[in-house]
Amino acid sequence: MSNQDWANANPERLYVISGGRDRKSATAGFDLVTLVVARARPEPTMQPEHAAILRICGSPLSVAEISAYLRLPNSLVTVLLADLLAERRIEVRAPVPPAALPDLSLLEAVIHGLQRL
Amino acid sequence: MDFNGSEPRGPREAELLPATVATAVKVVVVGGFGVGKTTLVGAVSEIRPLTTEETMTEAGVGIDDLAGVERKNSTTVAMDFGRITISDELVLYVFGTPGQERFWFLWNGLFEGALGAVVLVDTRRLEVSFDVLGRLEDRGVPFVVALNAFPESPRYPVEELRAALDLPHHVPIVHCDARSRESSRDVLMALMRYLYDLAAQPAAAAQPVG
Repeated sequence: MSNQDWANANPERLYVISGGRDRKSATAGFDLVTLVVARARPEPTMQPEHAAILRICGSPLSVAEISAYLRLPNSLVTVLLADLLAERRIEVRAPVPPAALPDLSLLEAVIHGLQRL
Repeated sequence: MDFNGSEPRGPREAELLPATVATAVKVVVVGGFGVGKTTLVGAVSEIRPLTTEETMTEAGVGIDDLAGVERKNSTTVAMDFGRITISDELVLYVFGTPGQERFWFLWNGLFEGALGAVVLVDTRRLEVSFDVLGRLEDRGVPFVVALNAFPESPRYPVEELRAALDLPHHVPIVHCDARSRESSRDVLMALMRYLYDLAAQPAAAAQPVG
């Protein structure tokens, strides 16, 4: 495990970054593979974590990738993303809504894409 | 990350997704410790495999108390994942979970919305797969079973393994070498074809099997 510094060493820091908000409530609506694209530039007055997200999301990145690059837990990243979304600084592209069975054309596209790999 | 002046890490130029990508889908690779999940993810991924982590604070997780956390028991679960750009509009993420089986199902949203799962199996240690197979069946997550070829693994006939794992006849079982990009790709293809068949004939999966 590479990135345990954030949680084990300093739980207070997570609390500060999230502004003490309940992490569970903001997690709703973000999947691990929700794609995020920056729609604003980072500004010096911003919380550093918000600025860091905008900096790396020039091209679409999943929530999981943001969490990995920033070395922050997934649920904390979703809190930060909810802030940015409320301020319209990011655009989010939700994954295919969960369904009992996925769409045939979607599966065909994945099969064709894998064949080219 | 450390925000004390160091630049944030981020994707390399070659790892950027096209701006047109609109939809992401995910699959999950599960299996016992050391069975090759991270190897498989790394073999198929177009990016360096990354790690995302989550803290688990549910009551009952109850182990690995962290010094200084007075309120609840919590523990950290990490997942390695990779990415495959399918087209200009579609990207596939492949998540491989570590060998802490009891935590996979606590991770909110990991299986929710996943197209399906690959259960990676080491034929020398079939017993470690029973728990995960049962849990996937309980949750209705469609899956294929991939037998990772370790040099010293015995190669049993597939039907013998099917019986040993108590798998329904419609669940595909494939051999693979998780170190090989092509072989690991073929595992994902087997999953996608299975999902396609299920979606095309939904009744097939619902039939009771002997």
